[in-house]
Amino acid sequence: MCLAIPVQVTQLLDGDMARVTLDGVGKIISLALVEDVRVGDYVILHVGYALNKLDPEEAEETLRLFAEAGQIAGAGA
Amino acid sequence: MTLQRPKHRKLDIRNGRVDLSHGSGGRAMAQLIAEIFFPAFANDLLAQGNDQATFDVPAGRMAMTTDGYVVSPLFFPGGDIGSLAVHGTVNDLAMSGAKPLYLSASFILEEGFPLADLLRIAQSMGAAAREAGIKIVTGDTKVVERGKADGVFISTAGIGVAPEGIALSGDRAKPGDAIVVSGTLGDHGVAIMSSRENLQFETAILSDSAALHGLTACMLEACGPHLRLMRDPTRGGLAATLNEIAHQSGVGIRIAEDALPIRPQVAAACELLGLDPLFVANEGKLVAFVAPDAAEALLAAMRAHPLGREAALIGHVVADDHRFVQMATRFGGGRIVDWLSGEQLPRIC
Amino acid sequence: MKYVDEYRDGKLARAIAAKIAAEARQDRAYRFMEFCGGHTHAIARYGLEDLLPHNVRMIHGPGCPVCVLPMGRMDDAIKLAQNPDITLCTYADLMRVPGSGDLSLIKAKAAGADVRMVYSTLDALRIAREEPHRKVVFFAIGFETTTPPTAMAILAARKEGLKNFFVFCNHVLTPAAIEAIVGGESQEKVALDGFVGPAHVSTVIGTKPYHAFAENYRKPVVIAGFEPLDVMQAILMLARQINEGRHVVENQYIRAVTVDGNLKAKAFVAEVFETRETFEWRGLGFIPDSALRLREEFSEFDAEKIFGVETVAAKDNPACECGAILRGVKKPVDCKLFGTVCTPETPMGSCMVSSEGSCAAHWTYGRFRDAQPLERQAS
Repeated sequence: MCLAIPVQVTQLLDGDMARVTLDGVGKIISLALVEDVRVGDYVILHVGYALNKLDPEEAEETLRLFAEAGQIAGAGA
Repeated sequence: MTLQRPKHRKLDIRNGRVDLSHGSGGRAMAQLIAEIFFPAFANDLLAQGNDQATFDVPAGRMAMTTDGYVVSPLFFPGGDIGSLAVHGTVNDLAMSGAKPLYLSASFILEEGFPLADLLRIAQSMGAAAREAGIKIVTGDTKVVERGKADGVFISTAGIGVAPEGIALSGDRAKPGDAIVVSGTLGDHGVAIMSSRENLQFETAILSDSAALHGLTACMLEACGPHLRLMRDPTRGGLAATLNEIAHQSGVGIRIAEDALPIRPQVAAACELLGLDPLFVANEGKLVAFVAPDAAEALLAAMRAHPLGREAALIGHVVADDHRFVQMATRFGGGRIVDWLSGEQLPRIC
Repeated sequence: MKYVDEYRDGKLARAIAAKIAAEARQDRAYRFMEFCGGHTHAIARYGLEDLLPHNVRMIHGPGCPVCVLPMGRMDDAIKLAQNPDITLCTYADLMRVPGSGDLSLIKAKAAGADVRMVYSTLDALRIAREEPHRKVVFFAIGFETTTPPTAMAILAARKEGLKNFFVFCNHVLTPAAIEAIVGGESQEKVALDGFVGPAHVSTVIGTKPYHAFAENYRKPVVIAGFEPLDVMQAILMLARQINEGRHVVENQYIRAVTVDGNLKAKAFVAEVFETRETFEWRGLGFIPDSALRLREEFSEFDAEKIFGVETVAAKDNPACECGAILRGVKKPVDCKLFGTVCTPETPMGSCMVSSEGSCAAHWTYGRFRDAQPLERQAS
């Protein structure tokens, strides 16, 4: 359930709306559920609404954990 | 004393609309045909003005096909219903190995349809036909009351001729055969969806709508005897085509996800809508099954043609009584690529 | 796609798989339920089961709102759509879901009902604005993720004074359902060792609501993103908790999920909705405090009240094993109906209704595993 995807905000529009992009595919969505969103931020898009801002530092951290798990496994295998 | 020919005003293309008289068989219909279709399709056989076209038949096996076009919207990025009605039927002929020769075109027009749009569609058909080197030699026009059609429906039939010795068919796939696609998947479907009112998104993706008989001629020349079959993965996408062939030939099919050519924007649009590019329609792509030893030669021939530049080897045929189409995922797992159940609709979950 | 592709790296997945295989103890089984259909979809679509060691098994949960919507409510929606004054707006997921009597919205539409597929509540609002003579009913389904957009639509309609916009509310609550699976009234044994917790539901509700559950039932919960690497990592984290005898809530999806979730979204939801005493989940039965309805002060938007909806419970085929499958006690192939009379074209039970249901996912993506071993293809 709950198909949602990270998209980048490219333009803030009137009425809590924004233009976003996913690899060059643009769409106009609502920012009514989130706060302090700026151009360049990534938000999680679900049924036309941004559900949350994506935290770039935590995203890096997750990737670092993947790499760590992978390396240790690689070394042990 | 000589009788004066009554003067008719020309069609008001800019503001005029199709009305019921344009389908009545009377003067209005004749005028519509004379001012819109004849100039747009301009060719000697049509110009004879008969209810049928007659022509000599070249040697070889005849191929014949028919298809109806009801696309919405009528005009979309990269094409329109007119060019599609030519390309689709040309491609169905070309997949048999035939050289397409002649088309018929039948129009069902909705009362109130703007003449300007009709002219644009007819001109687009004419241009597509000229580019493909074929002729639209006969046609028909009907008008239905407002609300009984969606602007315009077009039905085209085509005939072509296949050279002696070429017998491509969906039941000829054999274990070991290589499977090749001619280019990126899902472009047409995504272009159409991007212009639908209730889905609106912005993308530079154009429909891939194109006539493929130039490409198929190159493929036949390069490895005709080794080609088992060709098919264009239109509605239902690559998934439907592969399942059709697995069933027709009684074989299994194995493809590799990371070999599938898919444009990043198409992948992104599919992510947004919850669709799978494997099920999204194409209108200018083909899938070919070929004997394994000829696969490299076939790919080289395809890549040398503008419509096959991104051709890719995507998998092979195996013996499998279940006739499963299976895909090795990019992840190293496996999954079935099934028929689509129902129509593919955008998902929220 | 940034923040997407990095989480679909097959090489890393195989490395994490090796790690799971190395750490999973050979003397025991690990049975994890992914609650969400989004996880089920990722597992099926990327073939994750082939990467897991034989003693780690994923059980697909009920986390697909289309699957758990009881047939009686589907009948209600179809009845609403058949009302000549009503334009029913629905997410496309619901178009083919059968009600009782072999009807569906797509069939009702074919018979003349005004049913429109929408991508967002914003579209439903637009239709209501553009067609003031129509009574526009939005068929609201979904978990906590999908509820805030419905709340926003109702608040917008009130602000604009839209008098022809209504909501048929079927929003349900995730923690209540998870609890029902493990601790419910059912006499059936539950065979689960831990949970992969919801991704986007948790972006809204945060990690807190799962703590009591993990503590009370002594089951670890790892909230995970919907990308395949997220799922793999969550499985590793669950296996570690089991090995270490822990049962706490951990958050793998830190890039989008916080402890408190989205406070603004939660406030909108609380303003518009209140909890129902009980609500039926297809395959799981009635679960207390597991769904939402519009508050009294929003009655003028409540399709249930305005159009007098009275749900009549409709029974699933008695041979349907969805309940046992959702509890992890049975597999799809254990059901007599699976793949015979029950297929995605003609679903008989909740697990086959949407592509995210466990039976539909197994049928559509994984049934080759019942038939023969996968022939690996060099890539």
